[in-house]
Amino acid sequence: MKLQSRHLLGLEGVRKEDITLILDTAVSFKEVLERPIKKVPPLQGKTIVNLFFESSTRTRISFELAERRLSADVVNFSSVGSSVSKGETLKDTARNIEAMKIDMVVIRHASSGAPHFLTRVVKSTVVNAGDGAHEHPTQALLDMMTLREKYGKLEGLRVCIVGDILHSRVARSNIYGLKTMGVEVSVCGPATMIPRNIEALGVRVYHRLEDVIPQVDALNVLRIQLERQKSGLFPSLREYHRFFGVTKEKVDRALKPITIMHPGPINRDVELSADLADGPHSVILEQVTNGEAVRMAVLYLLGTSN
Amino acid sequence: MKTKVLDADGLRRTVNRLSHELVEKNKGVQDVVLVGIRTRGEYLAHRVAKKMEEIENMKVQVGVLDITLYRDDLHGRLEQPQLKSSEILFDIRGKVVVLIDDVFFTGRTIRSALNALMDLGRPAMIQLLVLVDRGHRELPIKADFVGKNVPTSHGQEVKVEMTEEDEEDAVYLIENDEKEK
Repeated sequence: MKLQSRHLLGLEGVRKEDITLILDTAVSFKEVLERPIKKVPPLQGKTIVNLFFESSTRTRISFELAERRLSADVVNFSSVGSSVSKGETLKDTARNIEAMKIDMVVIRHASSGAPHFLTRVVKSTVVNAGDGAHEHPTQALLDMMTLREKYGKLEGLRVCIVGDILHSRVARSNIYGLKTMGVEVSVCGPATMIPRNIEALGVRVYHRLEDVIPQVDALNVLRIQLERQKSGLFPSLREYHRFFGVTKEKVDRALKPITIMHPGPINRDVELSADLADGPHSVILEQVTNGEAVRMAVLYLLGTSN
Repeated sequence: MKTKVLDADGLRRTVNRLSHELVEKNKGVQDVVLVGIRTRGEYLAHRVAKKMEEIENMKVQVGVLDITLYRDDLHGRLEQPQLKSSEILFDIRGKVVVLIDDVFFTGRTIRSALNALMDLGRPAMIQLLVLVDRGHRELPIKADFVGKNVPTSHGQEVKVEMTEEDEEDAVYLIENDEKEK
């Protein structure tokens, strides 16, 4: 059993058996997280650099904990206060760090394609921790792990991604991954936030939450970036909440309970009501735990394959 | 070429003898827990536990250990071994842990298992029980309970079959010319 690629840049084109291998391996790592000593030795002697060119709390901490729990040596880099603010290019930054003998790079960058570019300039294994509006593969993997854990399988499930699909790397990675695994995927959001021709990816588009709620098992609610309001994509937070905010009142119209997911951080009572976020059908904190297990699985599979 | 060195009855008697030896050496089953190494060590552990329970009329706890993360040959293999979970749902601190595996060869598996166990807590003692000892140790590790000593050459392979996974209960010695060093 081995992954096809030596990098994880996105879920587009990743084979079903590779996703299954990652999810199965993650289940084993979840057991490690329940132990009194949450540390195992497979990446002993490997050095991993976390290159974060964009602010992030949970993804960075999650990756760092995953790396440490696999016994890797970890170096953190954030662009604030670094050579990048002195005008160094991504290529030079990466090459200089690689010259210090590292094995893997985890990169978060505001530009789509930055991790792909990195694979061409460095020899290390590259893991995408989110690039622009392109992909965020480990987030989608942890979403899939959470759904699989809850329902026992992914095939045949119906999932709707709600919110700003246009700017969301979480949405893209989820669409690619879920479609590969045989999930029926739909999206719902204001017309200004749905990419044109998204149906080509095999997803259904809804513009009313009320229409999609009776059709799905789970809602993956995306964070609404407050700054998008300024660019005129939606008139006001209040109006967004009224039409696209996921509330108890709206999901209660479904015949059976709907699983509520959110990649965090939540704008409470904007895209998701607080009672649902903390309610019995919310798996949001489970997603966070699974995120660590999934990242351990990805780093382990890539880090021990060569 | 395939030679049967232990048949179903032989395997059953060996498991019975090993269970008696375990009970005798530990003066009962109090504070004794069994940990089988995936995959056939697990089945063996369950069989030994069942027999020990018959002998002493007391429940014996069984856990399963996956040593993949502790292997010393994890890097540089063509095929990655599939990682499975360890299932040890009891506290091993202060217990006599009997580590169980089917074939005892270089000792590297046992070294990995010892490290994995130590990360779960500090047992009072660890004992080693194996069904077949085929020799060729590469590490200074010795078994406390041995089912059968089978002298082998490097080119040979010892295959334990158990009905939980295979068609029959048996131990085979297989000649493997290509593997000859």
